[in-house]
Order: sequence, then structure tokens, then C-alpha cells
Amino acid sequence: MKLGVLFSGGKDSVFATYRAMQKNQVACLITLISQNPDSYMFHTPNIQRTSLQAEAIGLPLLSWPTLGEKEKELEDLAAAIADARDEYGIQGVVSGAIESVYQAVRTQRICKALDLWCFNPLWQINQVDYLRLLLSEGFQVIITGVFAYPFDASWLGQELTLECICRLEELWKRYKVSPSGEGGELETMVLDGPIFQKRLEILRSSRSYCNFSGRLFIEEMRLVDK
Amino acid sequence: MILLVDLCIEKDSLSKYEFVHPIADTLERSGFSVEIWHYSELARLMPEKFDKIILCGTALKDNYYAEHINSFFWIKCCSTPVLGICAGMQVIGSVFGGRIVSQQAIGLEAIEIIRASALLGEPRTIEGYHLHNFGVTLPDDFLLLAGCDEHAEAFKHKILPIYGIIFHPEVRNSWILEHFANL
Repeated sequence: MKLGVLFSGGKDSVFATYRAMQKNQVACLITLISQNPDSYMFHTPNIQRTSLQAEAIGLPLLSWPTLGEKEKELEDLAAAIADARDEYGIQGVVSGAIESVYQAVRTQRICKALDLWCFNPLWQINQVDYLRLLLSEGFQVIITGVFAYPFDASWLGQELTLECICRLEELWKRYKVSPSGEGGELETMVLDGPIFQKRLEILRSSRSYCNFSGRLFIEEMRLVDK
Repeated sequence: MILLVDLCIEKDSLSKYEFVHPIADTLERSGFSVEIWHYSELARLMPEKFDKIILCGTALKDNYYAEHINSFFWIKCCSTPVLGICAGMQVIGSVFGGRIVSQQAIGLEAIEIIRASALLGEPRTIEGYHLHNFGVTLPDDFLLLAGCDEHAEAFKHKILPIYGIIFHPEVRNSWILEHFANL
């Protein structure tokens, strides 16, 4: 079955791509470029970098613009998926949803309207086990956004390591912060992994941080042979 | 040992992560052991050797199990407790003479529990995650536990420990899986 993956370049959509590639044929990645940094549906930090990630993985990328207005962005998502169906012949859509019923329901409804299969291969996965799985499977993940107490600026740009996962687990127990950022507390970017033919290297970046909310802006990056 | 029956279109499909693994994970975290088999493999098994049996759900577009109902007639003479979830409920209903009917629901919806049972507890309203294009009519030998005659949310065999629920307990209602495992 040919599939299109809803792709933000963060750990969840990359790992969903990995699982989909193990079972089916991923024909394209689909990225919604949202102009709303607080989008309900779509990952926004460094979203323009998905083109380099797609090149590193070796899959075509379908980029689709959206203003990111609540509910209207769903029409844009449906249009992007319909375009992927027409252009790449996809029969199904894959998302990296873990716990968000809001996201999962909307994706399911769009797929039903377009008569496509819908797959959520990370659905309800235990978040701490999942973070460890990312490492054991060889993914290199960095934190590109923090949006909740008690994250300070030192988290920005930090690589996901076993020590980092232990700290996230502690924050989860103490503050109920979702370890994998399901509540929008964290955003990530994947630089390398088993499905990457080349790895990504950050050459220049900057940070903004204020009141437990911050972003790492990747200004220049390149592909490096593995 | 609890047997989880994978009803997805094929063995080890991409949907298994979504409809079988979350149930296995919930039960294992509660201290229960599970074994997963695809329904196409059941002829090689004796499902009755397990303590409990759960028939898992499938993707919205996956209704292939409905073409293989004869793979499930062993349920009719099974004394082991069986729980059917979504597609699994449709299979149980169909095996006992109910009809699989068009009935769409996607998302969180209120579920009215109308009859007390060991599985769902006392009558009250809960919220559950639905993901189905089809439901099943109430077979003659079954009692409605939740919902209404036109839209059965949960049922139980009048005598045998066989249950069906159309919603997905692995989302926000994992206590139902624990209740079943402890029956």
C-alpha cells in the first residue's frame, strides 16, 4: 500500500515514517507550512527544514501552505492530502499522533472523506518507553522548542540522551509535563536515524526564550555523508 | 495468560501498533501476561487454553474480518471469558446471529451505561473514543449493557461470559480492560 506521512520533521512524524517504511511503501511526506506559531494541528519551529530532512531520507516532500487558523487549517490539510493522493497515488495517510484525540479525530475524518486508510503507529504508546526506543533504534533528536514550566533555555538545542529522558521522566512525575511533549510542551527535530541516507548538521542557529517559552531557530544546516 | 486476537487486514500490519499494542501494553502494565495471534492463525491454536480472550479493533477502512466470520465460530462454544472491541464486538454479534450494520462514529462521545455489569460497573454516563463505520444489532441471547437498541455500545451474553463494546477502551478507559482481565 502506498502511504503519505504527515511530516513535521519532529521525532513523532519521523518515527511514524520509520514504522510505515518497515511495513508498507511510503510514497511521499506531507508538510503543512503553518504561518501560525500556535497552530493546534501543525508543528511550526523550523518547519521549512523538512525539505532537507526529506532529502536526507530520500523521499519526495509535498509542502502545503496554511494560515494556521483553527478548523480552516483542516481544510488545508485535506487539500494537501488530496493533492498527495492525486500526485503520488497514496492509498493511506500516516500520522505520529500519540495521545491527541483532537489531532487523531480530525485526521481520521479527513481520511474517511477522501476514502483513504489512516494509520497512527505511535497511538497510545508509553511515552518514556518510546523516548528510549528512539535512542535504541538510532535516532538523533534535538529539542527545538520549549513551551511550559519548568523548562529553561538550557533545554534548547539539547540532544535527547538517556540522561535527558530521565530528567523528562522526573518532570513528568513532579509537574505532569508530558515526557514526549504531547501537550505541546516540547518540539523536536530529528537530525539522523536508520532511515536517513545522510545526516543533518546544524551550522548556525539562534535562540529566543522568555517566561518558560523558547525556540531554537536553525538558520543554516547541511547534509553530511554517513 | 490473555489471548489478544489481532483482527487487522493481515498479520503484523501497520495497524497492529494502533489497535493491538496499546491493549497489550495496558494489560502488561497491570501485571497480566498476553499473547498476540492474528485471527488467520487461530486454527492452529486452542483459544480455550487461555484465561481470557480479547478480539481487538481495526482501522476505520478495514472490514475484512467481516468476510471471515466463520473463522470465529469457536466463540459459540467457548467457556473462556471473551471481550470484543469494536470490530471484535461486530464479530461476536455476527457469530450469535446479529447483523453488522452501517453505523459511523469517530471521536469522543457520551456512552450511557444502562445495566450494571462486572465489566462496566453501575449505570452512569461515561465518555468513550469511537472509531467505526459499522455496528452490530443485538443478538437474541444478549443483554444490552450500554447505548440503545439502534446503537448498541456494549452487550453481554445472557449466560456466557462474552462481552462486546463498540468503543475503544484503550483510549481513556483502560479500567475496562483491567475489569475484564480481573473477571
